[in-house]
Amino acid sequence: MGTWQAYRMAIKSILSNKIRSFLTMLGVIIGVGAVITAVAFAQGSTKSITDQLTSLGTNLIRVNIRARNSNRDVKYADLADFSSQNLDIISAIAPSISGNVTLKYGTIIKDTSLIGTTPDYALINKRSIQSGRYILSIDNDLRQKTAVIGSAVKNELFPDTEPLDKSIKINGEIFKVIGVLEEVADGVDGTDDDQVIIPVATAQRLMKNSRISNYTILATTAESVDLAMVKLEEFLLKFYSDSNSFNIFNSAQMLDTLGSITGIMMGVLGGIATISLVVGGIGIMNIMLVSVTERTREIGIRKAIGAKRKNILVQFLIEAVMVTGIGGIAGIILGVCAITIIGKMGLVPAVYSPIWIFVSFGISLIVGVVFGMFPANKAARLNPIEALRYE
Amino acid sequence: MIRIENMHKQYIMGETVVKALNGIDLHIRAHEFVAVVGPSGSGKSTLMNMLGCLDTPSSGNYWLEDSEVSELNEDKLAEIRNSKIGFVFQGFNLIPKLTALENVELPMIYLGSSSKERYEKSKKSLENVGLGDRLYHKPAELSGGQQQRVAIARALVTKPPIILADEPTGNLDSKSGDDIINIFKKLNDEGNTIILITHDNHIAMKAKRVVRIMDGKITEDMEVG
Repeated sequence: MGTWQAYRMAIKSILSNKIRSFLTMLGVIIGVGAVITAVAFAQGSTKSITDQLTSLGTNLIRVNIRARNSNRDVKYADLADFSSQNLDIISAIAPSISGNVTLKYGTIIKDTSLIGTTPDYALINKRSIQSGRYILSIDNDLRQKTAVIGSAVKNELFPDTEPLDKSIKINGEIFKVIGVLEEVADGVDGTDDDQVIIPVATAQRLMKNSRISNYTILATTAESVDLAMVKLEEFLLKFYSDSNSFNIFNSAQMLDTLGSITGIMMGVLGGIATISLVVGGIGIMNIMLVSVTERTREIGIRKAIGAKRKNILVQFLIEAVMVTGIGGIAGIILGVCAITIIGKMGLVPAVYSPIWIFVSFGISLIVGVVFGMFPANKAARLNPIEALRYE
Repeated sequence: MIRIENMHKQYIMGETVVKALNGIDLHIRAHEFVAVVGPSGSGKSTLMNMLGCLDTPSSGNYWLEDSEVSELNEDKLAEIRNSKIGFVFQGFNLIPKLTALENVELPMIYLGSSSKERYEKSKKSLENVGLGDRLYHKPAELSGGQQQRVAIARALVTKPPIILADEPTGNLDSKSGDDIINIFKKLNDEGNTIILITHDNHIAMKAKRVVRIMDGKITEDMEVG
């Protein structure tokens, strides 16, 4: 018996029981669809963060002050002094205060993220200005209510008008738009284009937070990063009793952390996928066992007229694999549709992963073989005389 | 063609041993039309399973066309059933979801014939039993007599040396039953060896030789007609 015949028989059998076949496939369809969708979004968000980190370069150092209630808090002025004494290893330092704010222009309202910082922030984050100007030192000195907006903010608040010199309200206070940032992420919400930057001194008042706990520092070269980190730690230990009061980390360490988070995420997804496919497989085994019992007489007839064990085994095995295979393909289609639809809604960035599509299809075939083997073997071992007598 | 010597078959049912066949000696030559007759429990079904290579004896020998088959394994027996024996059963034993043509093609699938050969031979086989216009009917769309003729077409399609019919008229009215017997007679006239298993004396007498079986032994072996 050729394999082609076995495929034809399997297709016939699947089609002769459409609803049952579909319900049997459902476990695999949902499992595969969920895996592909979840992986696409996990990889998508990882990629967007990685891209962001790598675009900033490898000479970036971040400092995060954790200690509260310290009687000698480090001030921006202290760190600015420190950096000006170490110009050979540190080329810029920017404090930042961040938070979520509500913007209003006329009747248009938009929520976005706010960063209060100094002129160096643009240099460190490699952001250039599309129109107008960036924050200057004088804005900070005079606590000016000036704001630089990202393209996503501009598109929403000023769809048809020129934003420069317009007054917007940030959390109810009036600010003047002095510049628009160059677009870096297609003006999508939730990215670096969806933000508003104001002078740090103004931000301290607006956010009612006089403490600055985040600093971004640019080392002169990638090689000076380690030395700069050591010196920063020495410097900060003059203010704080132990090194648990602050964090100093560079972009390589951030990528490492991100990598391990991604690893955990993929592990969890893999676990969920395995469980759902095993559940789907058990469903298939169950239905195949029912099918073998129902078709006992057919098996007897086939054996009587010359089918060998192998022929019966292959017939039922191919049927099981075909059910999971079709389920796998349907799951892939479902997953790709879900990715496209959710991607179009712009909520989360997604990355199609052809490897995972192949892997999940391969796994669904393996599920068919593994869970189809027991029923197929049961069918193949039936005694022809007893099978023929079966009513 | 068939030679059985001192064949025994025992089944163990709980604690008792049932001797279904108790020393059978039987010799059937090519082109014979033999009826094996006996009441239920006589051992004729067991003998039919042995003759049809569906089962192996506890002891004794069975030569089928000069090869000893009593100790072959399951797959070898399947090959022999496929190429040397055409079965016709009481309950027709057609696969309900397949058309008449596909049912007839089945033995050739396991023989490994090409689809073109399968189609041509199966169509011819169905035409021979008068069902040339029913190729694409499912068993449920055919009468009992027609279904049994499909089964005969299936039995003949690989041109096996032996046709083994187990109560082929048992599920049919007398008119259809006579038709089926006439087909067997015609097939025998064309040179086919036919073994008919039945409990019905009337049917048995239409064969050329009658073998009576009782309590696992042959009690009578006579030529008729």
